[in-house]
Amino acid sequence: MAAISPENHGLRLAVRYAVLVLIAIIFVFPLVFMVMSSLKPDQQLLADTSSLRAFLPVGDVSLNNYTKAFQRAPIGLFVLNSVLVTGLTVVLCLLICSMAGFAFVYLNWRGRDLILSVVLATLIVPFETIAIPLLLLVSKLPWIGWEGITIGWLNSYRVQIIPWIADALTIFLFVQYFKGLPRELIEAARVEGATWFQIYWRVVMPLSGPVLATAAILKFLVMYNQYLWPLIVVQQEQYRPVMVGLQYFFQLNIAWGEVMAYLTMITVPVLAFYLALQRAFIASIASTGVKG
Amino acid sequence: MKLKYFVACTVAAQTLTLGAAIAQTPLTIWYHGAGNEVESALINQIVADFNASQSDWSVSLESFPQGAYNDSVVAAALAGNLPDILDVDGPVMPNWAWAGYMQPLPLDEAVIADFLPGTKGYWDGQLYSIGLWDAAVALVTRQSTLDALDLRTPTLAEPWSGDEFMAALDAAKVSGDWEYAFDPGMAWTGEWYPYAFSPFLQSFGGDIVDRSTYQSADGVLNGDAAVAFGEWWQSLFTGGYAPGTSQDPAARDNGFIEGRYAFSWNGNWAALNALNSFDDTLFLPAPDFGNGPKIGAASWQFGVSGTSEHPDGAAAFIEFALQDEYLAAFSNGIGLIPATASAAAMTENYAEGGAMAVFFALSEAQALVRPVTPGYVVQAKVFEKALADIANGADVVDTLDAAVDEIDADIARNSGYGH
Amino acid sequence: MSSKLTTSNRAGWAFAAPGIVLIATFIIVPFFFAFALSLTNQRLISPNPTQYVGLQNYRDMLSVSVLRLAPEHDDAGLIARDADGAPVYPRVREITRNPDFPQYRGMREWFRVHTGDTAHVVIARDVVFMKALVNTVTFVLVVAPLQGALALGLALLVNQKLRGITVFRAVYFMPVVVSIVVVSLLWRFIYSPDGGLLNNLLSGLSFGMFQPVNWLGNPDTALPAIMGMSIWQAVGFHMVIWLSGLQTISPTLYEAAEIEGASKWQTFRYVTWPGLRHTAVLVLIVITMQAFALFAQIDVMTRGGPLDSTQTLVFQAVERGYGKQDISGGATISVVLFLMVLTISLVQRRLTRERA
Repeated sequence: MAAISPENHGLRLAVRYAVLVLIAIIFVFPLVFMVMSSLKPDQQLLADTSSLRAFLPVGDVSLNNYTKAFQRAPIGLFVLNSVLVTGLTVVLCLLICSMAGFAFVYLNWRGRDLILSVVLATLIVPFETIAIPLLLLVSKLPWIGWEGITIGWLNSYRVQIIPWIADALTIFLFVQYFKGLPRELIEAARVEGATWFQIYWRVVMPLSGPVLATAAILKFLVMYNQYLWPLIVVQQEQYRPVMVGLQYFFQLNIAWGEVMAYLTMITVPVLAFYLALQRAFIASIASTGVKG
Repeated sequence: MKLKYFVACTVAAQTLTLGAAIAQTPLTIWYHGAGNEVESALINQIVADFNASQSDWSVSLESFPQGAYNDSVVAAALAGNLPDILDVDGPVMPNWAWAGYMQPLPLDEAVIADFLPGTKGYWDGQLYSIGLWDAAVALVTRQSTLDALDLRTPTLAEPWSGDEFMAALDAAKVSGDWEYAFDPGMAWTGEWYPYAFSPFLQSFGGDIVDRSTYQSADGVLNGDAAVAFGEWWQSLFTGGYAPGTSQDPAARDNGFIEGRYAFSWNGNWAALNALNSFDDTLFLPAPDFGNGPKIGAASWQFGVSGTSEHPDGAAAFIEFALQDEYLAAFSNGIGLIPATASAAAMTENYAEGGAMAVFFALSEAQALVRPVTPGYVVQAKVFEKALADIANGADVVDTLDAAVDEIDADIARNSGYGH
Repeated sequence: MSSKLTTSNRAGWAFAAPGIVLIATFIIVPFFFAFALSLTNQRLISPNPTQYVGLQNYRDMLSVSVLRLAPEHDDAGLIARDADGAPVYPRVREITRNPDFPQYRGMREWFRVHTGDTAHVVIARDVVFMKALVNTVTFVLVVAPLQGALALGLALLVNQKLRGITVFRAVYFMPVVVSIVVVSLLWRFIYSPDGGLLNNLLSGLSFGMFQPVNWLGNPDTALPAIMGMSIWQAVGFHMVIWLSGLQTISPTLYEAAEIEGASKWQTFRYVTWPGLRHTAVLVLIVITMQAFALFAQIDVMTRGGPLDSTQTLVFQAVERGYGKQDISGGATISVVLFLMVLTISLVQRRLTRERA
């Protein structure tokens, strides 16, 4: 390999960072706009949209929009609901979909290929098109709870969670990932007499950091941004999630500053979740060093 | 803040008395005011006052954000989960009544004798809903604009003719002082289009659907009058008088007060904003395009849900809410037109000489309700798309024909919508 | 997927059952219900009884005819021409609204082609659906490859070993984190025709040479504008998927390539790309599905306009099913969309299988 002089190396590094930063600007500017706008009164916010001032904390900057947003809607409740529903769904989804993916890739069972095709075909069904049939279905489903057997799932957390646990995309993610793992590991464990559950839990899952992280963040996004479904199955404020809460801010004359403040606040948990996963994700890569 | 405290106290007091008064029958009401602090406080107060005023019924409130309200009600109706009392947008009421989501409102007609016509929701000869307020639209401008352009001030008795209106827009356009002469509000998609723009069509002599039978739109939505309307409408955009469908919502909300538009077609709910910005704000009546000046009517109203087992209790609550005191409170709080003249006299803006009194007069003189048919919900959508397409340069005749075909096909598929 | 592993029906079903049961209950059953609806005249809101109508909804949506129009002749028997010299044709409405041709009633011009002086006018019963179909396919054909490639480029970029690279990873992913509804709202400001950021930026960069464009208001630019925004929003999503694929490729392979003196391109071609085989299938399929489901951007930004230039299938399914209370019409679109995508993916699978 040709020797690289230190200056040359430094220059290349600078170019690399320049490219990275340039792209970063393209991705981040609407979000900077969102955050900066949340600090300004409406008149100024709108006047600023036509110039670079939109990206700068200039003029009459304050946290007033945040205070007013809290008066307008029970934001804490909405965020709590969303985090609860999202968190539970993500955990259950990872468990159930990774098990299904495991079965599709490592186990031979009758009907496997056919069922996999059917499951993948459901990727094509846009949720909007089955929302009404699904609504009619869940409104008739029974449930066993504190009050004994009740009919209908409306106005609850479970109606926001259970229908969303299993989805074809997550199963597909696991299937594609598992196909790339070295089969010898599983076969070796099998020869040693491990049960399938032990193989799943002790061999495959520890190697699945990257796909678990990817699946978790993608599922998190889908769940956190739910709008149509909670809108039609929840009529009580106590169960409303953040995206339905956004509607509280779209009155006849929209208070844009408050909208931006609300958006900023509800975006923070997602970003935090992603950054946390990002670390776990890197760590898991470093420790396993998968694949041959 | 005081109001909130008061509400909290009554609610607490009520919970205490609840144990004793087991004879109270619970009723539920849904309302579209979530997110609007003033409106929520007002409706909460009415509920609290009603609960304190008698011992037969105990009303509890669930609030929804306006943008999600209709979808929530339809979903709840499908799932068999409606409350006792519903809040319904006037033109949508026939649709819900026809579908059985609502039942006739057992209310003594004498109670509402003095109410503005637009606040009363009739379907199939029966009263289904009643509003505490109405809304109206006016041509918003400034005295200084009229002076600068040397224009006559139109009045209810003598509104501008269509030609005078276009001359005014021409003058504004030629002056070059504004980005656009006229802001019809194209950024407000949805119900705004039929509410605000179908009165223009009616003033030309056309309509969305033939109101004598409600069985077809042929001839009224694509007849000569409608085509004349369509060509005029298109000229607003091709002639550069008005911003088109891509207007951003912020420009709609603030363009007039930023001085970007000379005239704005806007509702009374936005009037306070304009008044606070300019001392010389004027609210002018709609121009007359040949068949009289017209504006839309009917806003949110209360009614009884089809599944309620206590229509008498629901009606008792609604009647309680119709007191002038509450009509005036809503008007003062969110700028709406009180449903009665006596309530208007109690308000700041709609009392005689008040800054927005003109809206009350407009509502009385020019208001025409949107077609009273269950098919209106679909017709409104078709009309909205036709107007957007024409504004974007589509062939006027073909577009109106297509709208007629779609409306007629929909009426046929619904077996005439029960007319 | 042939394997030395022995058959294990019980374990297989036990592992897969929870997922399968949930998907069957909450996706497949409602979908069959939607399919059944498409064969009826069911309304979202109506006291009228539901009737079985067979394939009527499909006929109403898909029927197309061609009219051949001869130019009009003037009194002298010559072809009538307008000011630009183009022949004048009779209006289509004179045929579609003529009681003599009841079969064309309710149909509308979709597009026309000319051969000589004859105009061939393609009329459709549901022009909006046809336009939605064409727009959706266009969107998929442009967005899927472009977004996939850009996402891979970004993934390679942020897979470098540089100090602070995780920051860039997070930044590129940020648009994904914000809901598409919110992003669409923000971009309405950016695309605004009067004083919007994009116009001002472009005119600043070109020293005023650039003429402001009404991005969402012009039928020629509206769909490309939405494509641009969609790619911007979702590219980070696919970058993450590519990245998880990239990170499973063993560093020892790269070391080996380096020892053999492979160029960057060779390393990509013979080490990276083969290692991404499974990921590529995944990304391609996911992007295609998401592109076919295009809805929120349209709903917030253009509502199908201007002049139907941004109508899409899912937007129309929702607009009809909910907005116009025509739940059977909405279901019909969903079924057509489903069958279409299913066909594409079967063909895709056959092609990739033969090559393998």
